[in-house]
Parts: sequence; structure tokens; C-alpha cells
Amino acid sequence: MAVVQDHATREGCSSSPFWTIARRDSLAGFLFIAPQLIGIVIFVLIPLGLVFWYSLHEWNVLANTFTYTGARNYQMLIEDTNLLEVLGATGIFSAGLVVFNLSLALLLAVLLNQKLAGITIFRTLFFSPVVVSLVAWTIVWGFLLQKNGGINGMLQVFGIEGPNWLREETTAMISVIVVQVFKNVGLNMILFLAALQGVPNELYEAARIDGAPRFKQFRRITLPLISPTILLTSIITIVGSLQVFAQIAVLTQGGPGMSTTVLVYYLYQQAFQFHLFGYGSTLSILLFVIVAVLTFAQWQMRKRIVFYES
Amino acid sequence: MKAELSPRTKTALYGLMCVLLIPFVFPTWWMVTSSVKPISDIFAFPPQLIPRSYDWTTYSKVFELQPFVQQYWNSAYIGAVVTIGTMIVSSMAGYAFARIKFPFANTIFMIVLLGLLIPSEVTIVPLFQMFLKAGMVNTHWPLILVPIFGAPSVFATFVMRQFFVTLPSELEEAARVDGLGRFKIFCKIALPLAKPALASVAIFTFLHSWNLFLEPIVFLSSAEKFTLPQALTQYTDAYGGPMWNIQLAAATLTALPVLIVFIIAQKQFVEGLAHTGLKG
Repeated sequence: MAVVQDHATREGCSSSPFWTIARRDSLAGFLFIAPQLIGIVIFVLIPLGLVFWYSLHEWNVLANTFTYTGARNYQMLIEDTNLLEVLGATGIFSAGLVVFNLSLALLLAVLLNQKLAGITIFRTLFFSPVVVSLVAWTIVWGFLLQKNGGINGMLQVFGIEGPNWLREETTAMISVIVVQVFKNVGLNMILFLAALQGVPNELYEAARIDGAPRFKQFRRITLPLISPTILLTSIITIVGSLQVFAQIAVLTQGGPGMSTTVLVYYLYQQAFQFHLFGYGSTLSILLFVIVAVLTFAQWQMRKRIVFYES
Repeated sequence: MKAELSPRTKTALYGLMCVLLIPFVFPTWWMVTSSVKPISDIFAFPPQLIPRSYDWTTYSKVFELQPFVQQYWNSAYIGAVVTIGTMIVSSMAGYAFARIKFPFANTIFMIVLLGLLIPSEVTIVPLFQMFLKAGMVNTHWPLILVPIFGAPSVFATFVMRQFFVTLPSELEEAARVDGLGRFKIFCKIALPLAKPALASVAIFTFLHSWNLFLEPIVFLSSAEKFTLPQALTQYTDAYGGPMWNIQLAAATLTALPVLIVFIIAQKQFVEGLAHTGLKG
């Protein structure tokens, strides 16, 4: 209100000073968000514009050439036979990760939600990999997964000949997924646990009186009530899965063949190993589009899937 | 809570949880114990769950082969600066978005939220060019500036906003009547109440910085500038194969301090993260 009035009375009328409370508040608001907004402009929006601009160029860093080629990089993208494999690997990795991560997180949260003595100790231990340095965690798993490593050693004790986990296509993909899930599932587990503890107890009591079995209680009461958390964790987990880089770089370097070359790793190779910054930028745009579409789609799904109390 | 469980169910649940714990706990145990085994024992069959003999010279090699103390310091100070910087930037922005009415607030909030959609991997190529032009490649600036002000801090801002939205407005109105300005209200009233949210922002910001891998290997090229994750992978033999015992020793040195801090403060850690306002 004061903002509108002020415009008319700015000059001449000394009884209404320029710095009204509303104006001072607006200024404060801008100053408070300034560091974040300027940061987003410099480190996100301008780079996003640049990455699109670069994607229209052929840019060889070694030869120091930067030529406008229009949509040629995008045509290259369509014709890139490796890309199908890369997208396939990315899809399998992300889907496997999300399904395995969310179901394990939910199982652990349900277990930790039981009335048992010493449950905090279990919670602490299940969560502990989250705070272990990512590369340290990956290195020890890489060590465990060697042909003659700890896992095959244990299997051999039981007379089972284990595969060379990181050198065969299927097991390599399973390995990178599993290593990542155990590293981070604790985060989702905690979010699920908080959601489970927020489900009002009376609902279960009422269901028990009606004689509903536990499984039905879980499906009809628990799942709908924690659905906002499921949606949120699945968005975070999917977007996170598309950013996985260190595990691939340390465990498999994208191999064997290209079986674990996910999009970010491919992008890194093209831009920083083969010095094709133009094509690397085109792949960045592709990554951006995938993240945006998936997030948007999941956000739309919330209307249909998520149950609201109100 | 739910009805009391029968003793049999309890035993079954404990058993199930113990089995499930193996992949969460065993790798850390294996890392620590393997790092002190002599090299001849680390691939021994049957696997030695408890080392039979010890070889501590591996640990001195960690420091001989690379400037590991320097690298440790790099990771630690970058993590600390990024954490404090993010707490300042995100609490201010989160507060303004939640509590201050200013023109275009919603539009600006949407623009800022775009950062969630644009992970730093998408912009790594232009960021590299920008820092190259600014003469900041092979310095720690990219690892400090981008997380504090760029996309990674947006999540923190979102969490802070979700927290500040829940504060009752009477508190601020009372302060206004007492003649406090915005900045004072923020510092003296809002921030002290926001300690749980700030704690969780601090935890995940530090872990994010501590774990960064793509950015260091893109921006840094000399060993004394490396951060820990990058340094760990550099203990390789002449053929590029990993020197397992040394890598595991360096990994142990990297992982254990944070793990110990976590176990001491696990309650604050876990409950802090659970109450980030993510539920809403």
C-alpha cells in the first residue's frame, strides 16, 4: 500500500519520508537475497547460456579453433552411436538405483520404527556410510570387488566361485549401483523414518479394531500418508543418480566396454579428455533437458499419486 | 506406538537387521583392518577378518608419496569456508524469501530454484572457461565460490526458507514495536531460532564439499593443490594400478575423523537431517 502512495508523494511532501517501512523492507529483502541471486546469475544462468552458445560451435581446445557450426553438434548427437549405449547405461543405472534405494530405505525405516531396545545403535550404523568420504568408500568397495578380493574370498569359503565383478558388463553395472545405494540409502531412510513417525497412531488403532492385517495397514494407511516423502526422495534420488561420477571414475572408468559409461562420465570424457568442448556442451544441454523433464514429470505426478491430509 | 512385539518377532527383527548391516559396516571394517596388514596378507585366502600381523609402514608411505598433510588441510579448510559461507548466504536468502515482502520475490525465488534443476555437471564446461579467463584454474577458488553462491547452495536456501516460513510472525512484530530493523530481527531473533535448520545445512554442505570429485579433477592439476578425494586415487604404481594398501591407509585417514565426529554427535546429525523441513 505504502509503495503505491509513495510514488505520488515523493516530492514536496516532507511529512511522508521516502524511506517508509515498506520501502526499507524491500531494500532489506533485495540486500538479503543479493549474494544468492548474483551467485545464481554468475555461476548458473550465465554458464547455462554459455553452454548453449558453445554447443553451437565446434571447439577444439588443442587446435584452438572455435567455429560456429549451427546445429551440427546436435546432429552429431543424434548420429552418435555411442550415445545410445550411454543413455541405456544411464537409464539402467538410474532406474536400478532409484528402485533399490527407495525400497531398501523404506524397509530399513520400517524396521527402525519398531519398538526395540538399542534401535539407535542400528540407526547410527545404517547411516554411517553417508558420512564416510565418497571416494574412500568407493575405493574399499573396489578393493572388495577385485577378482581375488574380499567378497570372492568369502564366497570361496562357501565353495562359490565369484565373478570378476568389475570386469563383466552385468556385474559391473550391478556393482556400481550397489556401492552407491549402500553409500547413500541412509539419507532416504532417515527421511522415511521421520515420515513414518508422523503417521498418527490412532489410524493404526482404528485399523486394528477393524481387523485389518498389518500388510493392509501398511498399504492403505502408511503408504498414502508418507507419499509426499516418497515423491520428494524419488526426485532427489533420480536427480542425484544422474550426477554420479566419482564411483564410475574410480570403479570402472565407464567399462567394461561402455557398459557403465553414464552421461556425466561421457560428458567428462568428451570435454576434458578428448577436449571436444563444443560436443561436451551439447551433452550438457542433453543432461539438463533430461533432469528438467524428469523433475517436471514427477512434479506433475504428485497430483495423481500424492495423498494429502487436508 | 504400536503394540508390543512378541519375543520371537523381536529376535527375527534383530537377526534381519544384523544381516542387513553387513554391507553398511563391513566395508569400513575391511578398509581399516586391511590398511594395517602387510601387503602379502591383503589378498590372502581365506580372508583375514582380523589382521594376523601388522605393518604400519604403509601409513608413513601415505605421507611420503604425496603432500598428504597439505591435501588434508586443503579439503578441511575448503570444507569449512564453504560451510560457513553457505550458512550465511542461504540463511539470509531463505529468511528474505520467507518473511520479507519485496517486489518480484516469487519470480526471483523461482529463478533461484532453477539452480536445483541445473547441477554443476551441466555447467562444468563454461565454468572451467570462466575460471580459466579469471586466472583461477589450479586454485581453490572454483571449489569455494561455486558451492557457496551457485547451484549447490540453492538446496540450503530452500531448506532455510522452509524453516523460516514456520516461525510465528508475532515474534517479529514484537521486535518491530521495540524499534528493531530487519537486520537486527534476523540476527537477534530469527537466526538463534534457526539453529536446527542451520545445523543440518552445515552437515550436508560440509559433506558435499568434502566429497567433491569432478570439480577438483577438472580444476586442479598440481599435487599440493589436490583435495583428499582426488589425492586418494593418485596412489598408483608404475602401471597405473592402485597400490591397495596405501590407498586404504589414506582412505582410512580420510574417513575415520568424520566418522568419529558423527558417532559422537549422531543424535544431532540424524535428527537435524530429519527436520530440515523436507517433509513439507
